[in-house]
Amino acid sequence: MTKAKKKHLIYNLVIFALVIGAYVLLQNMIAAKTITRSLKGQLIPICAWIIMAVSLNLVIGFSGELSLGHAGFMSVGAYTGAVISGWLLNAFAMENTGLRLAIAILAAGLIAGIIGLLIGIPVLRLRGDYLAIVTLAFGEIIRNLVNVLYIGTANGKLYFSFLSKDLPADVTILVDGAKGAVKIKPISTFTAGFILVMITLIVVLNLVNSRTGRAIQATRDNRIAAESMGISVTRHKMIAFVTGAVLAGMAGALYGLNASTVIPTQFTFNQSINVLVFVVLGGLGNVLGSIISATFLTILPELLREFADYRMLVYAVVLILVMIFTNNPVIRSVFMRMFSPVRRLFRGRESQQGGEAA
Amino acid sequence: MSQVRRHRSDTKMVPVPSHSIVPERDVNEIPVLETRHLGITFGGLKAVEDFNLTIGRTEIAGLIGPNGAGKTTVFNLLTKVYEPTTGAVLINGQDLHGMNIVQASHLGIARTFQNIRLFDKMTVEDNVRIGLHNQIRYDMLTGILRLPRYWKQEKRQHERALELLDLFHMQNLADEEAGSLPYGAQRRLEIIRALATEPKLLLLDEPAAGMNPRETEELMETIARIRDEFQIAILLIEHDMSLVMGVCEGICVLNFGRIIAKGTADEIQANPAVIEAYLGKRKEG
Amino acid sequence: MMIFLDNLINGLSLGSIYAIIALGYTMVYGIAKMLNFAHGDIIMVGAYIAFCGLQYWNLPPVVAMLMAMVVCTLLGITIEGLAYRPLRQATSLAVLITAIGMSYLLQNLALMIWGANPKSFPGTFINSFTLHLGRLTISSATLITILANVVIMIALTLFTSRTKIGKAMRCVSEDRGAAQLMGINVNRTISITFAIGSALAAVAGVLLCSSYPILQPTTGSMPGIKAFTAAVFGGIGSIPGAMLGGILLGVIEIFGKAYISTALGDAIVFAVLIIVLLVKPTGLLGKPVREKV
Repeated sequence: MTKAKKKHLIYNLVIFALVIGAYVLLQNMIAAKTITRSLKGQLIPICAWIIMAVSLNLVIGFSGELSLGHAGFMSVGAYTGAVISGWLLNAFAMENTGLRLAIAILAAGLIAGIIGLLIGIPVLRLRGDYLAIVTLAFGEIIRNLVNVLYIGTANGKLYFSFLSKDLPADVTILVDGAKGAVKIKPISTFTAGFILVMITLIVVLNLVNSRTGRAIQATRDNRIAAESMGISVTRHKMIAFVTGAVLAGMAGALYGLNASTVIPTQFTFNQSINVLVFVVLGGLGNVLGSIISATFLTILPELLREFADYRMLVYAVVLILVMIFTNNPVIRSVFMRMFSPVRRLFRGRESQQGGEAA
Repeated sequence: MSQVRRHRSDTKMVPVPSHSIVPERDVNEIPVLETRHLGITFGGLKAVEDFNLTIGRTEIAGLIGPNGAGKTTVFNLLTKVYEPTTGAVLINGQDLHGMNIVQASHLGIARTFQNIRLFDKMTVEDNVRIGLHNQIRYDMLTGILRLPRYWKQEKRQHERALELLDLFHMQNLADEEAGSLPYGAQRRLEIIRALATEPKLLLLDEPAAGMNPRETEELMETIARIRDEFQIAILLIEHDMSLVMGVCEGICVLNFGRIIAKGTADEIQANPAVIEAYLGKRKEG
Repeated sequence: MMIFLDNLINGLSLGSIYAIIALGYTMVYGIAKMLNFAHGDIIMVGAYIAFCGLQYWNLPPVVAMLMAMVVCTLLGITIEGLAYRPLRQATSLAVLITAIGMSYLLQNLALMIWGANPKSFPGTFINSFTLHLGRLTISSATLITILANVVIMIALTLFTSRTKIGKAMRCVSEDRGAAQLMGINVNRTISITFAIGSALAAVAGVLLCSSYPILQPTTGSMPGIKAFTAAVFGGIGSIPGAMLGGILLGVIEIFGKAYISTALGDAIVFAVLIIVLLVKPTGLLGKPVREKV
C-alpha cells in the first residue's frame, strides 16, 4: 500500500471512529439520562446538518462548483418525506415507524435526486458565479413553488393541487400551501440519523477515493486537461451534483419527520448560506471539518442562549475574522508558525484538503 | 539515440499524398492524422490558414516556427479545444467534425500543454490514474460499495501507473503532490499522463521547455523509445532545435499561421524561407 | 390597456430601483471581482439613516438623503478596507463568505439599533404629487425613481469614460496587475468604486422605501438578491447591462405578478434569469471569455 493510500485510510478510519464513538457515547448518555434536554432535542437536526454539510462539500469542495441552493433539495426532501409518511399511514395503515421512515427517506432521496438531475442539466452548462446565481435561483423557485402546493390524502390516494386549495373535502391535508407540511407524525430517531450519517460518509468518502471521484476532482482542478484525458466534465459534475441532491433530500426527510410541521421559510437562501458556512469553515474537501463545523455551529446558538440578542452579531464578527485570519497570507503565516506543533500532529490530514495547499 | 538515427537514415521521405511527407513504413496505411485546409479566424485575424499536414502511424514529426506563428493554435484545433473555421481534421481517417474535446480524445489523440496543466493538488500517481480513466474502468457503484472488482481494478491502475512512471524513472515520486514537482518533472509527468490514455497520436507542446541540455538529451531518447514501444505517432512543438533536428523525421514550419516549409531536418535547415522567418530578411548588399 | 400601462410604469419604477442597486453590484464585481453580498444591507442602512433624519431630526428630505449617502459612502469604504482588502489574494469563496458575514453583521447591528419592529418610512418630496394623464395616474415617487435612474446611468457612463478615475477603474477591471504596473493605485480605485456603489445604494434605499414604505433590518435582502440577479441577467461587470437587467427584471416581476400569479412572482423572475443564462451564458450584455490554452 502506498503512503498516500495509507493516509486516506487513516483519515477515513478517524472519521468513522469519531462518528461511531460519538453515537455510542450519546446513546449511553440517553440511557443514563445524563444528557441535557436541549442537546437531546438537537441530535437529529445535528445529523441532518452534518449530512447537508458533507453532501454540499462533495459539490463545492470536490467538484468545485459553488451551489447556493442546497437548502432547496433539503426542502424537497422534507416535503416528500412528510407526504410519503402521511400517505403510507393512510393507505396501508403502516404503523411500523422504522419502515415508514426508511421508505420516506428513500423516496425523499429519489425525488430530490430527480429534481437535482433536472436542475443540473441546465445549471452545469454554466460556470463560476453564473452557476452560483442559477443554483440560488433554483433554490428560490423551489421555495416559491412549495409555497403554493397543496397535497392531501384519502382512501390510499394522493391528491395534488397547485396555486389554490382545490382538494376533495374528505382528505387529510398533508401539505397546506404557505402553512407548509402540517400534522406530521414525528418518526425520526437518533439511530436513523446516525445510520444516515454513516451512509453519507461511506458514499462520499468511497466515491472520492475511486475512479469516478478522481475524475470529479480532475474536472475541478483543470477542466481542459480533464477533458483532453477523455473525461466528460458535465457527466462528472452531474454525478457530484445529483449525489449531493440525493443526500440533501434524505437529510431533509430526516429533519422534516422530526417535527410536526415544515414550513417553506425554513429553507430559504439563508439556510443554503448557513450550510455553505459549515463547509467553508470546515475546509473545502475536508469531510471531517464539515462534520465538526456542522455539529459545533448547530449547537452553538443553544450554548449562547443567554446572549441571544448578541448571538448573531458575534457569529457575524467571528465569521469575518475567521475568514480574514485563515485567508490573509501575512496573518496566516504568523498563525501557522504559532501552531506548527499542532499542525505536525495533523500532518496526515493535510494531503486531503483539496481547497488549500500552502 | 541510436534507434532514432537508424530510422532517420533508413527512411527516405516519400510525399504521399502529394502535399505531405510520411515515412515509407507508414505510407500504405491510413495516416494517424490528416488535416485538410485547416484554418481558424479570431475576430477577423486568420490565426491559422490552409494548414495541410499528414502524419504516418509511427512517425515523429515536429512543428516549429517563430513565437506567435500559430503552433499551439494548431494543437488546439487538432484536439477540438477550438472549432476550426475552415477545413477538416481526420484522426485515423475519421473526421472530427462536430466532436468535442472528450470525443476527440476517445479517438486516440492526447496532448501536453505549453503552460503545464497538471492536477496540482493530486498526487503524481493519481494524475496518471486520471489518464487511465478510460483504460482501466469500473463503475461508480462498484467504487462506492467497494466490490471485489474495485480492488482488482485499483490494483491494475496502480501497477500500470507505476509502469508508466518508470518511463521517466519517476516511480519514487508517485506519492508527491504534482504541483510541488520541479518544472522539468512536471513536463515529464504530463507526457506520462497523456500516454496513459493510450493514444494513437501524442501531441507534445514544448516538452523540453525549462529543461537543461542533459535533460533535453534524455527526453529526446525517451520520445524515440515511446514511439518504438507504444508504436504511436508523435507531433511536437519545440523551440530547442537540437531536439527537433535530432528526433523528428518530418518537420513542418509555420509562420504567420501558414506552412512555409515541410521536409526532413536537412531540407528545413537549408530552406531559405525558414531562415528568413527565423532570422529576418537579409539586406541585399 | 390602462392596466397594462399602469403595470408597465410600476415595473419600470421597480426596475429602476433594481437597476440602481445592480449598478453597485456590477461595478464592484467588475473591479474587485467579488460578489458583495452585503450590498443589499447597505441599502437598508441608507434607508434607516434617511428615516432618522426625517423622523427624529426633522431634516429637509434632500439633506436627509445626502446624509444617508455620506454615511453609506463611509460605511462602504470602511467595510472594504477592514474586511475585503485583507482578502485581496484569497479565493473568491473566502471573500464571498466574508461578504455574507458582513451582511449578517449589518442586519444585526440594525436590529440592535432600530429594533425588529418595522418602521413606516415617512412621505417626502418624493411622494409630493400625483400626475393624472387621462385615466392614468403616475405617482411622483415613480416618476422621480425613473428619472433618477436615467440621470445616474448617464452620469456613470460619462464618469467611467471621461474622467481619469473612471478610466483607472476600467483599467483595473480589465487587468489588475497591468493597471498596477502602469502606476494606478489599485486599492484606492477599489475604494472609490465601493464609495460610489454605496452612495448609489443609499439613493436606492430612499427610493425603495418611498415606494414600499416598510423598513426593517431585512429590507435590503430580497431587493439585494434581485438586483444581484439583475446584474447577472444583464451581464455582470457591465454598466449598461446592470441598467437593462434591472429594468427588465422589474417589469417581468410586475407583469408576472399581475398576469400569471402573485405568489409566483419571484419564481417567474428567477425562471426568466435561468432561461436567459442558458441562451446567453454570460448575460445579455456580458462579454464571452475564452480560456487561454
